[in-house]
Amino acid sequence: MAKITVNFEKCKGCGLCTTACPKKIVEIQKEKRNRKGYFTSTCIDDSKCIGCAMCATMCPDCAITVEK
Amino acid sequence: MAVVFEKPKSMADVTLHYCPGCTHGIIHRLVCEVIDEMGIEGDTIGVCPVGCSVMAYDYFNCDMIEAAHGRAPAVATGVKRTNPDKYVFTYQGDGDLAAIGTAETVHAATRGENIVVIFVNNTTYGMTGGQMAPTTLPGQVTQTTPYGRDPKLMGYPVRVCEMLATLAGTALAQRVAVNSVPHIREAKKAIRKAFENQRDKKGFSIVEILSTCPTNWGLSPIDALKRLEDEMIPYYPLGVFKDENAFPEKEGE
Amino acid sequence: MERNLMKGNEALAEAAIRAGCKCFFGYPITPQTEISAYLAKRFQAAGGVFLQAESEIAAINMVLGAASTGVRAMTSSSSPGISLKSEGISYIAGSDLPCVIINVQRGGPGLGGIQPSQADYWQATKALGHGDFQLLVFAPNSVQEMVDAVIKAFDLADEYRMPAMILADGLLGQMMEPVTFPEISSKPVEKPWATNGHGNKREHNIINSLFLQPDVLEKSVTDRFKRYDEIKEKYAEAELYKTEDAEIVVTAYGATSRVAKSAVNMAREQGIKAGLIRPVTLWPFPVKQYQKTAETAERFLCVEMSMGQMIDDVKLAINCSKPVEFYGRTGGVIPKPSEILDEIKKYAGGVK
Repeated sequence: MAKITVNFEKCKGCGLCTTACPKKIVEIQKEKRNRKGYFTSTCIDDSKCIGCAMCATMCPDCAITVEK
Repeated sequence: MAVVFEKPKSMADVTLHYCPGCTHGIIHRLVCEVIDEMGIEGDTIGVCPVGCSVMAYDYFNCDMIEAAHGRAPAVATGVKRTNPDKYVFTYQGDGDLAAIGTAETVHAATRGENIVVIFVNNTTYGMTGGQMAPTTLPGQVTQTTPYGRDPKLMGYPVRVCEMLATLAGTALAQRVAVNSVPHIREAKKAIRKAFENQRDKKGFSIVEILSTCPTNWGLSPIDALKRLEDEMIPYYPLGVFKDENAFPEKEGE
Repeated sequence: MERNLMKGNEALAEAAIRAGCKCFFGYPITPQTEISAYLAKRFQAAGGVFLQAESEIAAINMVLGAASTGVRAMTSSSSPGISLKSEGISYIAGSDLPCVIINVQRGGPGLGGIQPSQADYWQATKALGHGDFQLLVFAPNSVQEMVDAVIKAFDLADEYRMPAMILADGLLGQMMEPVTFPEISSKPVEKPWATNGHGNKREHNIINSLFLQPDVLEKSVTDRFKRYDEIKEKYAEAELYKTEDAEIVVTAYGATSRVAKSAVNMAREQGIKAGLIRPVTLWPFPVKQYQKTAETAERFLCVEMSMGQMIDDVKLAINCSKPVEFYGRTGGVIPKPSEILDEIKKYAGGVK
């Protein structure tokens, strides 16, 4: 079991994390903007997360915390 | 469940001011991860440049000094020579290290100063709006090369690692990149090696880190990663250009 | 106390060590290279750091780094080299760091000459870098005074967190005179602001001169100027020689003041009521002492090894209440007492 938590206000929607996920389950959501106006990233399927932390490794803003 | 990845302790808990997708944030984090792993935050003093990372003093929890443009290696020398048991690093961009600061960079390496230099190469002057840097590639359009950099007029880009590797005082000259997870992992290993060199008094260590500037390249953050891979790496090959003890008689001292 | 015969430059260097200076970063330039050479040898034994930097720019930035960690740091140069240090000095002042800078002046502008001059007065007191700031500026006129000035400079620089300059010249740097080194009685100042590694015992310190918010930058400058006001109150110094009944008061600093003093003595022998006011600190300028002298003097004669720079401050100090004449030589030429005597005679005896 593993999951990521994206800090909603810290994320700048740059999308770098979406290039890193080996399971292709990190995407930019287009539902809600944060206070700075960014669409943030999110994990679209927790059940597939393997806790590899590659998304967090790619994040320039330390916006992703990974638990396993 | 346990946390397996979070912000390092020596990194301040603030929002970075960098543009979305700017790789400065990744590099700051790698330096902080190394500082945490080596347990040296209390004994480290960082020197920040003038450039996009001018406010890095707010992002690292160790003691920090703001230097004039290009002078960080000289400031670091002043710190290290009077505090030899502390860890001293500089964090510099293209203009800071390879234009105005060339003399300070070259001479810190010549003297084999036991410091770590983190060199962020993104082929442009970011903070001031995207002008030509010494590392701007031939043909690259910038604010001051609107028709593309013409080597006949502006000269060729400088390969800093190769240049500093020719100096006897250089212990480590390694070029890495941060545009993919495997590259980021290599980059962290290089930064760790540089700090270990300082611990072991091996001489001057520079880690040149190829980075992106989506804003001034006019690319999305993801396309910027691609430009780094396709255009920068062929001109600035990754690898180790020097890795030896510049002061071998000091080993075991 | 032991008296030694020492060359000015070497006495400056020795004084720094006695004052607890722990590092020196410099670059060779005539006429002050002896300071570097002396410290290169002496620091080996005294346990300090000597480093010949790649340029005067690098040297001042090394001073900034060392001073940031709380150690007493010094650099020295001569006129063209001081110009190179401008940016670094502005950063040191803006970062509220203490340090000592020695300028052994030579002829200028540009590459100029290597003989003594006083043409860096404006640079030292008004223009040593961009922005609103001052340096403490000491103007010794003997090797002994240079020693005393260095020790005082380190103490005041630490106390008020600002750079201090010893404005000497090639004559003072090269001359040899007997000198004694006083026992140091002052205790080192605590520096809780220093960036010397927080050891996990305190918050991290930042040494910085960047304040992007205008009101924050303004406050940092006005706070600094409050310290300057205190210095102006307490530390402005001048020597008054035979000024009580003087009709014509010569004013000069540094090596020129010694030539001027000879001229004043020669004038007195000829029955002319001449005197000398010699500023010992150029910043803070001894305004009160000049104002007091202007109450009784009829005229001032300002003598400098320049085209006239201190003269502006003399006029300002006395609110132009009395005429201030000028005599100067420049380019490295040192005026003779007889030249100054001729000027005194020109103005003495009521010639208006």
